Amino acid sequence: MKKEPMISFPHLGDYYIPIKFLLTHLTDYKVIEAPPITKKTIELGTKYSPSFVCIPFKYNLGNFIETLEQGATILFQAGGGCRYGYYTEVQEQILKDLGYDFQMMTIGQNKIITLNYLYKTIKKLNKNISFFQLSYYVLLTLFMIHFMDKIDDYIRLNIGFETQKNSFIDLKKEMLASFSKTTGFFSLLTKYLKYKRKIKNLKINKPKNCLKVGIIGELYTSMEPFSNYFLEKELANMNIQVKRFTNASFLIYQKKFKIKKMQKYIKKYCTYELGADGMDNVYRAKFLSAKGYDGLIHIKPFGCTPEIGAMPIIRKVCEDEKMPIIFFSFDSETSEVGIKTRLEAFYDMLKIKKG
Amino acid sequence: MKNIKIGIPKALLYFKYKELWHLFFQKLGCQIIISSDTNKEILENGIKFSPDEACMALKIYMGHIHFLQNKCDYILVPRLACLKKDEILCTNFSALYDLIKNTFPTNIIHYNVDVKHNKTEEMAFIKMGKTLGFSKKESQLAYYYAKSRADLNKIKMLDEQKKLLQQKNLKILLAGHPYNLYDQFIGEPIQKLLKENNITLIFSDIYEENDLNEQVKTITKTNYWTYNKEIIAAIVQYEKHIDGIILLTSFPCGPDSLSNEMILRKIKIPIINLILDEADSNTGLITRIESFIDILEERRKRNEERTND
Ligand code: SF4
Repeated sequence: MKKEPMISFPHLGDYYIPIKFLLTHLTDYKVIEAPPITKKTIELGTKYSPSFVCIPFKYNLGNFIETLEQGATILFQAGGGCRYGYYTEVQEQILKDLGYDFQMMTIGQNKIITLNYLYKTIKKLNKNISFFQLSYYVLLTLFMIHFMDKIDDYIRLNIGFETQKNSFIDLKKEMLASFSKTTGFFSLLTKYLKYKRKIKNLKINKPKNCLKVGIIGELYTSMEPFSNYFLEKELANMNIQVKRFTNASFLIYQKKFKIKKMQKYIKKYCTYELGADGMDNVYRAKFLSAKGYDGLIHIKPFGCTPEIGAMPIIRKVCEDEKMPIIFFSFDSETSEVGIKTRLEAFYDMLKIKKG
Repeated sequence: MKNIKIGIPKALLYFKYKELWHLFFQKLGCQIIISSDTNKEILENGIKFSPDEACMALKIYMGHIHFLQNKCDYILVPRLACLKKDEILCTNFSALYDLIKNTFPTNIIHYNVDVKHNKTEEMAFIKMGKTLGFSKKESQLAYYYAKSRADLNKIKMLDEQKKLLQQKNLKILLAGHPYNLYDQFIGEPIQKLLKENNITLIFSDIYEENDLNEQVKTITKTNYWTYNKEIIAAIVQYEKHIDGIILLTSFPCGPDSLSNEMILRKIKIPIINLILDEADSNTGLITRIESFIDILEERRKRNEERTND
């Protein structure tokens, strides 16, 4: 008996909502996100991954295995800079060698995602789709992502000071559930404005001179909270205002327009682009120093080549700007306790410094 | 400018471009100082001045820069981002120039190749000449001269390597980035061990450039790292003429971590992947290599018996 076709994809923070929304509207198939990430996911992923590949590969592979076990038959993978662009083919090979029967789809080729390429890919699954239809839903999804990111930015700045526990998270959950039922641009905008107002009305108790910390570094560990041991939650518990630049909006469309500006801003440190997102993080280190932030946390997967190449330069910027910085590196063996202890020490130091 | 001393670190891309660099600077009349082979001190300094998780090859490079400091007017540090359309290099090569500049207070002469942004190798060499006070014409001539001689040399090496394929003894392809294959601390000890065991060595950095993409496609369709594709092409070219393959990797190399996985899954002849890091004791390696040689010998014997039957 042939299995009923079912589309699935790996996790990346809350973005499963817009991804699922998009794929559901572009095809007639059932779409499920991979089961939520657990310790088991990363164990599975690690077991079948090349030994020192970066950790996002392991999470993705674990997601794929778990979702295939749930009956998925079509897998989507994104691609992107550095090693991500080559994930798809290697993961497909590993999963096929494990005996899974499925179709692998990628939404980008040669590291660039274009509407045309996406159209060709989706056409394979849905012959009837028109280019207009595709563009419509892609745009709608991009707006959804944009709104989500805007709300998240606000939450990060304020969640550490909520007066009622979980008020932000609960409301955000409600918002995401509502977003997933979007019917068109008007409906999305209405929902966004409604929740924006609600979230801004949440009571906070934020002192003027609160501690401010920036999170910089590699994209997956920035955007998937499980992979950084819920760092942002920890910081919120410490009553810290958090700024993080990397999100889907930045990667999909903002970065292109910012490159020139970033390059100019850090001319003293970088003559060239460093590769992947290395240069962005040099820029952010300098930018946040100028903005009066108290400290920086740089996060990345163990062995992340582009971030490792940028680290000495980031360090130099922080030395010049007298900006405290701490570096975290995540792998399947990384000790959560170790990270927490170092984070607490960092926090104590920032507090003393601030006086 | 006269009597300019250019320091060249004997690490990373030196092993790929040494003829080109030598001949170019020679032609211009500059003096060249090459750092010594990697030794303990160089490695230790490299570790000291590198981020913890940098690959061993990069750490070694940093050690060589440290070695050359104060020994020359300029140190040559290329910055290469993209050599072919739709391909990239390891991001370490894009970051190299700025990485060194922010770590060591030293004069760097560099060239930048980024085909995607229309910066060709020739333009890069002309600019390098300009920095040293040579006219465009002088640099251009020197570049053409160096390039053609280096290319000729490659053809010669390929011919010689092809001859080796006729040898009757066991033949192993040492596959990996040239700076791993030939480094005194990474590839050399392995080469020595293999030679002592009467193995003929074939090297992956000597290969036929025609049809490269087609050959790579038999193993992988979407690999986009130029230097890794070269390794794969070499493997495809030699696969039928050798007994086994040793893949050499410096820990924790980004591109190799995925590229090797495809090779290991697709290649049918015996293959092992040796991963070297600065903390490695050689004993484990020696055992692995020796048992690999045993396997190859066994396999040969069986094959010979079969053909004799
Ligand atoms: S390709 Fe690998 S070994 Fe070479 S510089 Fe990059 S990470 Fe290091």
